[in-house]
Amino acid sequence: MASKDISGSQPGPASTKSLERPGDRIFSGSARGAGVFILVILAAVSAFLLLKGIPAITADPAEIGLLDGSTFWEWVGPLVFGTLWASALALLIAFPLALGIALFISHYAPRRIAAPLGYIVDLLAAVPSVVYGLWGGAVLAPALQPGYSWLAENLSFIPFFAGPASGTGRAILTAAIVLAVMVLPIITAVSREVFIQTPVLYEEASFALGATKWEMIRDVVLPVGRGGVISAAMLGLGRALGETLAVAMVLSATGVVTLNLISSVNPSTIAANVALSFPEAYGLNVNALIASGLILFAITLVVNSLARWIIERRADFSGAN
Amino acid sequence: MSIVAMSGKPQNVFAAGKLPNYASGLLLLVALVVSLTVFSVFRPAGEPYEVNLVLVALVAIVIFGALLSAVSLRIEGRRKAIDRVATLLVTFAFLVALTPLVSLVVIVLTNGLVRFDLDFFTLSMRNVVGFGGGAAHAVIGTLIMTLGASLVAVPVGLLTSIYIVEYGSGKRLTRYITFFVDVMTGIPSIVAGLFAYSLFELILGPGTRVGISGAAALTVLMIPIVVRSSEEMLRIVPNELREAAFALGVPKWLTILKVVLPTSIAGITTGIMLAIARVIGETAPLLIAAGFSNDFNFNIFQDRMQSLPNFVYYSYIAQGSNPEATLERAWAGALTLILIVMVLNLAARLITRIFAPKIAR
Repeated sequence: MASKDISGSQPGPASTKSLERPGDRIFSGSARGAGVFILVILAAVSAFLLLKGIPAITADPAEIGLLDGSTFWEWVGPLVFGTLWASALALLIAFPLALGIALFISHYAPRRIAAPLGYIVDLLAAVPSVVYGLWGGAVLAPALQPGYSWLAENLSFIPFFAGPASGTGRAILTAAIVLAVMVLPIITAVSREVFIQTPVLYEEASFALGATKWEMIRDVVLPVGRGGVISAAMLGLGRALGETLAVAMVLSATGVVTLNLISSVNPSTIAANVALSFPEAYGLNVNALIASGLILFAITLVVNSLARWIIERRADFSGAN
Repeated sequence: MSIVAMSGKPQNVFAAGKLPNYASGLLLLVALVVSLTVFSVFRPAGEPYEVNLVLVALVAIVIFGALLSAVSLRIEGRRKAIDRVATLLVTFAFLVALTPLVSLVVIVLTNGLVRFDLDFFTLSMRNVVGFGGGAAHAVIGTLIMTLGASLVAVPVGLLTSIYIVEYGSGKRLTRYITFFVDVMTGIPSIVAGLFAYSLFELILGPGTRVGISGAAALTVLMIPIVVRSSEEMLRIVPNELREAAFALGVPKWLTILKVVLPTSIAGITTGIMLAIARVIGETAPLLIAAGFSNDFNFNIFQDRMQSLPNFVYYSYIAQGSNPEATLERAWAGALTLILIVMVLNLAARLITRIFAPKIAR
């Protein structure tokens, strides 16, 4: 009898499960719902872009006024080139500078001013892109124009500076410099974090072996932070690829494919082209622009995924652990 | 003793083969003087000519680098010389990066203050040709659309981060959400605008440009930022606090509401303010989705809605019959925008500093 009573009140496995209260159910349900909502939004973004973009690819090119007689791919090709070209140039300018700044803040600046300096660089990231566009178009372009004229006169045998120099300074090099200023804070912030995380014991060991500061950085800080620095560059590239306004406001674009950096005939970028053409677009032109946006989305997706993959690999094989 | 005896004057053995501290300052001075002299002596004949101070500084730095490395190579050896050049380059990179920031701030301040007046914040651009007019309609549009975006993005983002940290660890849904939030972070802002446009075209008919559409685009951009920052903040809440609450028999949802959230609220608020600061300056999506207008519009569900970034953009792109007046308004708009973003950033940092839980004892 007594034994039966015990077995009857035996909680068994059920006791490990906590009591489900209505509050719990509502709260966890809404939390899960929010997560699912995000997935729905992303699915909707992809679905709508595909839905609106595909008609432009399948339709007769003659019906799309924007394409001006060429096929969709002929039209979007130069834009893809311009996007990649401008972003690559921006990265080329920003990457060494960002590494320098990150090293300066993490290893060269006095401890007490390092944090405020980092904050100043972060402020660069907070400035809205339209302000960069305004600054680039109204200040930077005129300031660089004499330089371009000089390059066109003296170095025109190099294909990049073939000229004739842009009279307004609104060449692709100017756009690339503005983009470089915009991606600088991202690359700097990530690299700085990585550099700061260098194990102090490694650094001290290097100094103890008689290394100068630069030798310590070359042999310890840079190798340990290599993965993080590469992914920082990729994140910067992702930002540069998607940047719209700064390019639209700075570049005078004609949609050609050229390596000439300083002339008035420049390739446009996908994002800038959408921003400039969309307000007046109608009918199938809208679909063509949306299709180009889809391609931009795909490009940034690949670049960002690559960056994430490198970061994750680094987390696995980091020298820090 | 012997060294003193040999050289005749006391010498520090540890300073031998090392440049004195004043050496780099002295060499910098020399480089500056040389550079200035070169630029003021060799000038183009005839025309009035102004010495370009930026060029002078650049040449001076190059000369300084050459001098310093040569002297250091001679006295200190190759390794020390490389070290000095590296230090110079790193410092130079930092100064170069500061140049655009300083230039930007100076230009925006000098040009923006011209029209930074009461009219600018009380008038719209209705029937304004040439001078006058203001951006009040744009400020209001920006506030309405950002508020609309925040009303959706903040709860969704916060709840999602709660799900990721508190409920879904190790679950497949969590992995999907984390991955796709990463994907969302990388959506170019103009693509978000194209999405919102397509969505509301489907609902309200072709060519629709309306405030709510702009808000939807901003929501897409804002959600991943809120999720990321809140997630980090929730993760640093010590597990001991949760376990203590559980031990007292507090249900999980109350533990989250009364223990976890209050502990991390400062960090979460900071993250939300930074997210707002990030989307309040977005131009491209609003250009696509909300269009542009010269009038006040307080109704987010109807008609085009102007925003401050778009006001600046259109003032620059379409300068009209009186470029001076239009550009003055553009700069004033840029100044307003920067001020808003800076205030949000500073406030966010202050909140962290003042209200951060003192857990690291």
